[in-house]
Amino acid sequence: MDWTLLFEQLLNGLQLGILLFLLAAGLTVVFGVMDLMNLAHGSLYMIGAFVAATVAIATGSFLLAMGAAIVAALIIGIIIEVTLLRSLYGRGHLDQVLATFGLILFFNELVRVVWGPEGLEMPLPAFFDTAVTIFGFSYPVYRLGVIGVGLVTAAFLFLVVSHTRIGMLIRAGASDRTMVGALGVDIKLLFTLVFGLGAALAGLAGVMAAPILSVAIGMGEEILILAFVVIVIGGIGSIQGAFVAAIVIGVIDTLGRSFLDDLFKLFLPANAAETAAPAVASMLIYILMAAVLFFRPQGLFPART
Amino acid sequence: MKIRAILWMISAALAVVGLLAVVFVATDKAETVKIGFVTTLTTGAGVIGRDMQNAVDLALDHLGHKMAGLDAEVIYADDQFKPQIGKQKTQRLVTRDKVDFVSGYIWSHVLLASRKTVVDSGAFLIISNAGASQVAGKLCHKNIFTTSWQNDQVPMALGKVLNDRGVKSLYIVAPNYAAGKNMVTGVERTFRGKVAGKDMTKWPGQIDFAAEIAKVRAAKPDGVFIFFPGKHTGAFLRQFKQAGLNGKIPLYSVFSVDSISLPKLQKAKMDGVLGSFNTNFWSPDLDTPANRRFVSGFRKKYGRYPSHYAAQSYDSIMLINSALVAVKGKLKDKDGIRRALRKADFQSVRGPYRYNQNHFPIQNFYLRQVVTDKDGNWTNRIVATVFKDHKDPYYKLCRMRW
Repeated sequence: MDWTLLFEQLLNGLQLGILLFLLAAGLTVVFGVMDLMNLAHGSLYMIGAFVAATVAIATGSFLLAMGAAIVAALIIGIIIEVTLLRSLYGRGHLDQVLATFGLILFFNELVRVVWGPEGLEMPLPAFFDTAVTIFGFSYPVYRLGVIGVGLVTAAFLFLVVSHTRIGMLIRAGASDRTMVGALGVDIKLLFTLVFGLGAALAGLAGVMAAPILSVAIGMGEEILILAFVVIVIGGIGSIQGAFVAAIVIGVIDTLGRSFLDDLFKLFLPANAAETAAPAVASMLIYILMAAVLFFRPQGLFPART
Repeated sequence: MKIRAILWMISAALAVVGLLAVVFVATDKAETVKIGFVTTLTTGAGVIGRDMQNAVDLALDHLGHKMAGLDAEVIYADDQFKPQIGKQKTQRLVTRDKVDFVSGYIWSHVLLASRKTVVDSGAFLIISNAGASQVAGKLCHKNIFTTSWQNDQVPMALGKVLNDRGVKSLYIVAPNYAAGKNMVTGVERTFRGKVAGKDMTKWPGQIDFAAEIAKVRAAKPDGVFIFFPGKHTGAFLRQFKQAGLNGKIPLYSVFSVDSISLPKLQKAKMDGVLGSFNTNFWSPDLDTPANRRFVSGFRKKYGRYPSHYAAQSYDSIMLINSALVAVKGKLKDKDGIRRALRKADFQSVRGPYRYNQNHFPIQNFYLRQVVTDKDGNWTNRIVATVFKDHKDPYYKLCRMRW
């Protein structure tokens, strides 16, 4: 066993988990507080990535790209909340799924009209676009940056949710919405704020993913499924649940992809192992989700009790 | 008297029917030839479909939208990059639109799901990209023709290049689906060195290759072989560079660094790809009369280089046209059309080629290198011929004889 490789893969798993957390945090807050099933969360992530790549190509500045993407996602998020989603709160999840699925189609086509079908590559400053040596192996600088930004965001969210008035309202909204409304809190405004926060987080996730994963139409749908798995495992509405679940999923997925074929070769012929390992590796997280749903259907850290 | 009247009426009726038949045959002659074209027009892979669609439109322009006097109509269908949707769309083309030819197909898994639907309908299937090994072998069919290649061939050419360049150990990364498996088999057929490691990634969902790239670095190979069509190319190349491996481990690719990905890579100034090698059956700079016309026409109309996907699609339309000209537009003459298709008697962009017994081209394969053209655009240029008149490795499994 190569210990540095194992350690490097753990770091890769952590980094993938952080990226998933950025996306899942917004999703879980919106779902938990507003009881809104928002499939278009991935579209906001995609818009964040496209805006960031465009700004980065035009100006060469990563920070400017990041700011522009978050603001764009926030504004578009608030627009769709006020114009469309507001009228869906009283309806069932199925109507919400249908409407937000429609939004996915709309935004995919919008991006196609504005940016064309070929997608973009987001340039990075040279010092980000290489690797540094840490703990005896080299690791991409940018991925370390992703881990850093993710941890800062997690800390920020934790502080906001547990130590501010708005955070208190979010927690109250997640556990009993009707009572919060009855106590005279402006639920309409709270919902717009929460949805805007979720959208901004999706935009941030889009920026952070863009320089690694390429910017393309439909990039949101691919990762959205994983984000849903994260919030189901973590417990809907719980930010700390999303954080833990995202990292668990990131690590399991990465380790499965890296070591499962070697593991299978211990008891299977090489040919069969090479075919079976990738298939099983891509199932691991769903097996985990099924197990969590079976033994603890409310998730690891449920917000509602 | 009565009998005579009846006879007269019968003959009059027959005459009317005969006249009508003549009229119908005549309108039949002036009808249209319908071609269904299945490709991916949405999702991140839609950029490939756009290239193919543009090439087909250009071919129709070059033909004046006529084939042997018939109006040529192409109906595009979007498979959404999914086998089940591809099959549904194919079904609709053959049953509702009643097309005479079905063409296109980027993805081997979509092709394998749709193949039987076309064959059962009696329409001809002219494959413009997907070179699934099954269709070249056991599943070959008298009405299926290909204007591209069999998946194994291009990586086989690359394997030979690797031997010639003295690569002793190779790490392979490719997606885990029908074509990805063929590509890996292909390179392993000819590469004589050691395979230092192999990773098959989830397709098309996986775009983060951190785990695989970490394994590549740990294995310290002489080269990395990748096959990532469409947007995955950019993602892999970026992550490879971010891992600090650019210039340390040479990268060899098939169907990844092409006119689809290069403009995007150039825009992001990812110059690590300049000078890298790949193999293919065609290149924008291939010097044949048809290719000069195709490439200059494409660049003039769309302002960019065509990809091999475009070249194959252009050839598909020209092949269909050649067969219809040979039977003078008689769409009912299936045997005549098939005989003509088998001759491949048309100006292909790759130059003249013959069909093997499984209806796959016997053709050359070239080594290409990424260079900057005189206008400053990144493009592929032919460096050497790797295989001459190469046959795919599956044709002996095909039982068809002609």
